[in-house]
This record gives sequence, C-alpha cells and structure tokens, in this order.
Amino acid sequence: MSQIFGRHFDLLFRLTLVAVIALVFGAVVLWRISIAPAVGAPVEQPVPFSHKHHVGDVGLDCRYCHATVDKAAYAGMPSSETCMNCHSQLFTDAPMLTPVRDSVRDGKPLHWNRVYRLPDFVFFDHSVHVANGVDCVNCHGNVATMPLTWQAPSLEMRWCLDCHRHPQIATRVAWNSPPAKPTLRDAAQLSECSTCHR
Amino acid sequence: MSPLKPSPPLDSSALEARRDFLKLFALSLGAGNLFGCVRAPDDPIVPSVADDTIEDLPTLYATALTRNGYANGVLVKTRYGHSVKVEGNPQHPASLGGTDVFAQAAIFGLWDAQRSKTVRRRGKPSNWMEFFDDLHARLRASRNGAGVRFLSEPSTSPTLQRLRREVAKKFPAAEWHTYSSLVRDNVYKGTQLAFGKPLEPRYDFSRASLVVALDADFLTALPGSVRYARDFAARREPAGSNTPTRLYSIECAPSPTSILADHRLALRPHELQAFANALLAELDGHTTIDTPYQRWARAIARDLQAHRGAGIAICGDHQPPAIHYVTHAINARLGNLGAAVSFAEPTHDGIDQLGSLRDLCNAIRGDFVESLIVLGGNPVYTAPADLDFAALLDRVPWSAHLAEYDDETSLHCGWHAPLAHELETWGDARAFDGTATIMQPTIAPLHDGRSIIELLAEISELPRGGHDLVQDTWRETMAAPFETSWHHALRDGIISETVSSVVSPALIAQNIEMPSASDEDKLDILFRPDASISDGAHASNAWLQELPKPFTLLTWSNAAMLSPATAKRLGIVDEDIVQIDVAGTRIDAPAITQSGLAENCVVLPLGYGRTRAGDVGSGRGFNAGVLRTSDEFWNSRASIRKTGKVRPLARTQRHSMAGSDAPIRVDDFPRSDATSNEPARANLFAPRDRSGDYAWGMAINLNACMGCNVCTIACQSENNIPTVGADQIRRGRAMHWMRVDHYVEESAQARLHSQPVPCMHCEQAPCEVVCPVGATVHDSQGLNVQVYNRCIGTRFCANNCPYKVRRFNFLQFTNESTRDFANPDVTIRNRGVMEKCTYCVQRIETARIETDKQGRTLRDGDVLTACQAACPTSAIAFGNLNDPDSAVSKAKRDPRNYALLAELNTNPRTTYLAKLRIVNRELDE
Repeated sequence: MSQIFGRHFDLLFRLTLVAVIALVFGAVVLWRISIAPAVGAPVEQPVPFSHKHHVGDVGLDCRYCHATVDKAAYAGMPSSETCMNCHSQLFTDAPMLTPVRDSVRDGKPLHWNRVYRLPDFVFFDHSVHVANGVDCVNCHGNVATMPLTWQAPSLEMRWCLDCHRHPQIATRVAWNSPPAKPTLRDAAQLSECSTCHR
Repeated sequence: MSPLKPSPPLDSSALEARRDFLKLFALSLGAGNLFGCVRAPDDPIVPSVADDTIEDLPTLYATALTRNGYANGVLVKTRYGHSVKVEGNPQHPASLGGTDVFAQAAIFGLWDAQRSKTVRRRGKPSNWMEFFDDLHARLRASRNGAGVRFLSEPSTSPTLQRLRREVAKKFPAAEWHTYSSLVRDNVYKGTQLAFGKPLEPRYDFSRASLVVALDADFLTALPGSVRYARDFAARREPAGSNTPTRLYSIECAPSPTSILADHRLALRPHELQAFANALLAELDGHTTIDTPYQRWARAIARDLQAHRGAGIAICGDHQPPAIHYVTHAINARLGNLGAAVSFAEPTHDGIDQLGSLRDLCNAIRGDFVESLIVLGGNPVYTAPADLDFAALLDRVPWSAHLAEYDDETSLHCGWHAPLAHELETWGDARAFDGTATIMQPTIAPLHDGRSIIELLAEISELPRGGHDLVQDTWRETMAAPFETSWHHALRDGIISETVSSVVSPALIAQNIEMPSASDEDKLDILFRPDASISDGAHASNAWLQELPKPFTLLTWSNAAMLSPATAKRLGIVDEDIVQIDVAGTRIDAPAITQSGLAENCVVLPLGYGRTRAGDVGSGRGFNAGVLRTSDEFWNSRASIRKTGKVRPLARTQRHSMAGSDAPIRVDDFPRSDATSNEPARANLFAPRDRSGDYAWGMAINLNACMGCNVCTIACQSENNIPTVGADQIRRGRAMHWMRVDHYVEESAQARLHSQPVPCMHCEQAPCEVVCPVGATVHDSQGLNVQVYNRCIGTRFCANNCPYKVRRFNFLQFTNESTRDFANPDVTIRNRGVMEKCTYCVQRIETARIETDKQGRTLRDGDVLTACQAACPTSAIAFGNLNDPDSAVSKAKRDPRNYALLAELNTNPRTTYLAKLRIVNRELDE
C-alpha cells in the first residue's frame, strides 16, 4: 500500500504550521493593540460633561471640582452636590443632567468612567506635582478644548521619565542653580525607582 | 552562642514531579508572555453625593483596644474608609506611642472573614429581632430576674458598669458573674493578705534603679506593660551620672523580661516561694532559712538595701498569694511603697473570678439558673476542666452567647449573637492607672454585630445607641461645656483627670509558711497563656498564629516546653510526642526544648487545640486546658513519658540565621575594659556617595530589645506581608521582613538574647551585584530598593545575602480576602518576586512629599518606620545619617555601635548597639 501523503505534503504541513502560528501571534498582537490605552479617543460618560464648556467658556478653576489636587495624591472628583451648586439654577431641566439630579434625589453616587488609568505599582501624587509647578495641561492636555475628555499622553513610563529626567521642561520653577526651591530633588533623584515604585 | 535544632528536611515527594513541572513551566511561560499584562479592569470613579472630604488622606482615630479589660491607647489609621493600621497613641499613659502584638494584630481580627456574621438559634440562622423578642419574653417571665445569670469577662468600662446597675434596677434578682482565663485573682488575694483589701498595684519604672522580678513578665504580660517597658528601657540607658537599672529575674520560665535581665535564676515553683521567703528573711536580718540559693538571696538583699526607696520587687500574676505578700512586704521594708510602687482601688469587678465561676457552676448544678447570658469570652473552652462547664451549660434551659466567633461556647448555647469588634463600636475603658478613654468606631460594623453595652441597653429597655450610651455615662463627670470636653476626649484619646487616686495602705504582718517539699518523681506543670494567641481568643488570627514565639520560634502550634537537661534526662528530643499525665487525665503533646527553663518543669501554653476556631485556629496543637483545674489553675504536677511518635513542628529558627561567630555583643557596665568601636577594615571598594539629600540608617539598641515581636507584626501590617501557613513555614518560606533571632549563651545563668533583623541596606550590597535584571539597586538615599516589576525570581540575591533577610513569593500568597486591610501605599506582590524590608520607603516618600509641599527639609522624627513606631521600648532609631544631630547619628557614634557580620565589608546601614549587663560582681561567675 502506497503512502497516503506524498513527499510534497511535508512542505505543505510545515507551511501550514507556520501559518497557524503566525495567525495566532498576529491575532494576539491585534488584540493587544485593541486594548491598549486609547490616547486621544473621547471616553463615554453617564453625563456628557464638557471641559470645553466649563473651563474654556465659563472659566472655572480646575480646583473647583478637583478640590484635592493640591492637597492629596488623588485629585478628587466633584460630589453630585457640587454640580448642583450651579445646576440648581442653570439648565435645571436639561435632559442630559437627569443622572445628576437623580443622584442627588436618590442619594446614589454617579459612576464616571476612568479616562486616566495607572497600574497599581505606580504611586502617583497630584499634590506634589502641582506644588512644584507642573501645570495640569502638561499631563492632561488642554482640557479647555475638549468637548468630551480623552487621555492626552500615553502614560508610558518613558513619558513619565521624560520630565523626571529633565524637570525643567514641565515645571515653572526657575531651574537655575541653586534651584529656587531647596526641597526639590535633582533629576538624578527624581528618576530613581523608589520615587514612584514602593 | 548556640542555635537551636535545625528544621526537619523537606518533603522530597514535591521534587519528583519536577519534569512535569518543567514542561508546564515552559508552556505557561510562553502563554504568560502573550496573554499577561492584560489591561486593568475598568473600575469606575465613584465620588460621593454630598461630601467633598479628602478621602485620600489617612484619617487617624484615637481610640483604645482592651487586653484583659484594660485599655491600651491606640491611633487607628483608616484609608478610603478602611481601617488599615494601628499605631500607639503617644498621649495615652499606657502606650506613649508603643503597642503590643495584640493591638497590631487587631486589624486582622477586625477584617477576619471567619467572624460570626449572623444571629443563630440552635445553629440555624435567625436575626436580632427574633433574638430580642425571645430574650424579652424570657426576662419578663422571670420574677424580677430570678434565675437569670450573666457571665462576662472583666471590664473596666464605666458605661458597662453603669448599664449593669440599670439592669440590676430592672431585674434585681438577676446575678452577675465574671470570668476570663487570664484571671488575676492571686494579685488581689495577695493585696488582701498584705493590706486587708483587694488593690491594684501600679509601678513607676522611671523611678526604679533596681528591679527584682519573681517570675514576673512585667515587660509584656501585665496591664500597663507597654508603658512599663518604655519607662524601664529608658532608665536602662546610661545617661550622665545615672546608673542604669539593674534587673534580677528569678523565674520558672523565660519570658521577654528574661532577655533584659542582668542576672537570672531559674527555679521550680516551690523553690521560688522558698527563695522569696529567704529574701525577706535576709532583709530582716535573719539568715536561718537554708536554701541552695542563699548566696543569691543575700546578694540581692544587700543590693536592695543599697537602693532603698528606689527599687521594685514585683511578682508575676500567676504566682500564689503568698509570694505576692512577700513582695509587698519587701517593698514595704525598703520604703518603696509610695515611691516606685503604689496602689489604687481596682477599676473592675473581676476580683475573685474563679470563685465567681464556681458560684455559677454550683447554681447551675442546683438548678437555680433558668437563663444564662454569656457576654463575650469562650468559657466552654477556657473554664477549668474540673467544672465541666460544657455539660453544665447544656443543663441551663435558656442560654445565649454574644461573641465575635461562633465558637465552642456558642455550640452549647441556645442562641448565638455576633459581637461587634472593638474597632467598630462605641465604648469606653480604663488603662492600668485608671485613665479613661472613649473608644470610637473606626468603621461601621462589618457583620451586623452589636456591642455588649448595646445588648445591656436593650435588656434594660433603654432605647439608646452605643454613642448615646457612652455620652450618657460621661455627661455628668466631664468638665463643662460637655460638647467641648467630649470632642477633646475623642481627639486626644484620653479623658483628662481620670487617673485613679493612689491609696497608701499599711502592711499587715503575716506568717508565710514554707511551701511543701516537691514530689520528686513528678514534674511541675506551668500553664501559661501562649505568647502569640494568649488564651485562644486570637486563635483565628493568622498574623498571630504565624508570629514566631519568643525563644522557640514555633509557629501555628504549641508544644510542651522542657529545659534541655530535663529533656535529656527523660530521653526526649524536639518534636517527640510525649504523654502528660495529671492525676489520671492524659494528653499527647509534641515536646520542644527551651534553654533557661527551670529543671523538671514543663510549660504548657494555653490557647491551642481549639475545635471551633475556623480554618485558621481549629485542630492546631493540643489543648492544655483539659489538665487545668480550678485548684491548680496555673501550676500542677504531672508525670511524663515518651510515646515514640513524632510530630514535625513549624519553626522558623535556622531558616535564616546569620552565620556569625558573635552576632550579639554584650558589654559589662561599668565597663571592665575600654572596648572601642570595631577597627576600621580595609576595603577595596570606594565608599558609597552620601552626598544625596538624605542618607537613611537604622540603629537597633539590643539593650532595649526584649524580643516581644511587635516589630515583626507591625511590619506585616504596614507592608502587606502575607501569611503562608504551617506547611510553608516547615519548608522555610516564612515571609516576615523583620525577624527576631533568639540566642542562648550557654552558661550557668543561660543568658538569653534577642536580635531583630531587618534588611541591612548594605552600602556594598552583595545582592545587587548578582541580580541579572537590575531588580535590586541602590538609590541616592542609600536605600537598597527592590523593583518588583523587574524581578524575574532567580533568587540569586537571596542566596547571596549574608543576612538572609530576602523573602520569595513561592506561591500566590495574597488573595482578595487580604486586600480589604492592605496598605494602599504598598504594592501587593505577586507570586515569583523577591521582597524585603524597604525601610518603609512609602513612609519616607510620603513625608518627603509633605515637607516638599511645605518648602522645608525633613527633620529628625518626621519619618518613623513601622517597626520603630510600634516598639514599646524605643529600641529602634531610624533617621538621616547626614544630620549629625539625628538620634540615629548619635547612636552610631556610641562606642557600643557594631555591625552584624562586619567582617564581610558590606557596610550595613543597619547596625546594633551592644547590650549592657549591669553586673552585680557578687553574683558574677
């Protein structure tokens, strides 16, 4: 009885094997790209909040809503009551504000979708960046132009280190020597592991 | 220095599946590379509805945790509403900033998933409403409370005492009993003998230049021990013309106090009584009593005479009233009363607890008890065996048990109701000196539990919550205006001017008889609360279960402890199972040798052999309580024999022992020779640059370390260190970043030493040069940092570390259940990465950020490491070496400063201060 598969099947088999592996690898790469942080893509929110309107048009200070940005690691998100400080007078019937009114009426908090996400092993502190003269715009982009908010930088470690290695590019502190603030660490110290990872 | 026995060999069956493992490993490595690092789940941001408080900043609540009824002031740190860490309250007289192991472990106790979550009737889930209906019906049916009994643990709470009076008003015929297995009846019987009434002794170690401890572990076991340890250690440091306190410890079994003793003598219980009598006779000028320890008694008596009015004679709570009488008499003779020793009226009612429990048992036997309400405690497990409390409880027609756990006692009660944890309810308690603290909740009750005072309010039909009940108690006594005083009391953690006033009693002359001679063919049994889990109340606390007990470094079990000589005479080696026979009752127990223990004594730690303590506590060790009777509550006599069986024990000794010839340095005081610092060693490496802003360093004072383990558990709580279980401990995989090594100096007095070992942060770190991926590196502050994300788990660093302080996550030890109380400032490590002490880098960074915002540099004391903050004796100094005035810089300039394994030229940033021995030349051999 002759062989079912001739010699040329050998090559075909190998090529198929390579193709299958390439396909799986390619699919995974595509999938990883698809879940990568979407820089520049607006994030859906329960209320279509516009920074462009509130900051660009009305001129609210960032700290009116993000009240702890200069005091704590976490910038803070406004309570529903903070929204109602104005919206009990303005746009009181606007349908897009229904979730805020419901929240205050029912005592149930709003659930905002995250725009910026840091891994657990990074310990970022807003307050110390603000205290040392890093503008909000440096990391969050010009939100005054964003109708819906999106992530401006990549948040990759390389991006963090760009400033930690060259603090003068992001801070408004005079970086002459001696530095204006005696407590500010130099670039070598700022780019040490223990600065952000604990 | 001789280490204890090595741990048993590893189980080899695990190695047989090595090939399969390698195959799977290769597969999972590939899969892990492709599918790992999946994007974090999209958890939403949920702001509050009405409140803009800064939830991100830690909130500290001043409250208290009780131990045997007495308050220890603490500050509880909450993050995002979760209680995550306990610190001592520097303003509280019982703490002064230090804590004990139980206070540190209270966080685990609060979040313990095995706590009782629901009311149960005969084991079936029920609810509070049904329980209260049944309770009220039962109470109303009784005539003024006739046949109703309460059984509680001793409490110093003024609110609880007030509510007891309310209950008594409503049900005048009801009776109240008090019992806990840590009874201090002998203390009060001793003062009854000496002064005619029960009194609470109080000591001021800052005024003592000489301490004679008669089996008294005053550094960890007494109410007020945390404070006593602070005062004692401070007084032991030579400062100016001040002579450090000398401590004689005459004891049956070693305790943390023995570690700081300058002269220690191990005696059997009856010999201890003879010794105490001899000491008193010497002071009185009689030397008629002939004991083999005459030389000691004479030398100590002479020393006591030389320190009149500045000495303390102190006796352990477990010792019989006669020895208590003798110590009071010694103090009275020397004019110590009113100086370093004083007395006050007891602040609780547990004066005769064994008598109270006996009364209850007799009443049940006589069928006088219709209803029994057990408030906390676990009497079925802890009551002396001769009372057979479980069977008696079954005879009571109606019974209820309010407890944190559905335990042995709950099984024998009709109702079980969950007791709220101390950190989730309102309450109050008094410290050893009477200072009262309002205990405030740090979190809302997690499991629908109620406090004892809330239950008593329900019984006396006062419609008040815990907060109002406590306010009602203090409304009259606090200074006006009440609201202001109340807020100050909550803020400070103490109520001002509540120290109980001192009484000055006169000594009554008594004749103390000599103890009967020992039955020589029997051994003395000493029942002692376990060093880690006490009387079993903390049996389901995994942090405490895994805490290596002082001296034996045993975890997850108890063992019958014998002195090496006694064990040798009986042919017993470590881990042999022995049968202990006390008057016909027999138990099997694994044996372990402990240097420093008196000959022919066996210490049986209580708290183990639990049957209903959940997965963590059940079925571990043996229950020594079954040998314990109400007449022989602390000591007994037994015969012991080998069974030929062996049980492997989980011990951490030898896992990570520094291979140094002299890990502990002891200097005599006053110094016999001018020993100076270690000679400078030649080093080919350039010294590390210290030009950074800070150069962190640590100095651990061995003259203050008593091996109490608080540093280990404080570190565990602060740094999210997992527990690994007995099996992993046997494999040498303990995870503690801060360990405490114990050493025995083989001499006639068997000197005991302890040495806490964190990462040394070597300036020439051997771990750094062998890491292939740069996961362990130095930063400019001199920290040897571990970068978890770079670590690939080769374990080269751990192998190359001469101090053996690196820990590897062999398995995924953390899970969801431990995340509730994890410190959010510290990474939770995954399987496969190395970890170790970081000098609490998260605390350093937080402090640096805070001072940076204020535009100033860090001052000494701005950063306290977790171990340093918790240490009751302030043995740990940590700070900036670039600041010549910092405490740590001063310590490093001390001639007593030395480095562990200095011969390796690692230049460790952690160094030790040599222990001092305040020698009495008369007793020096």
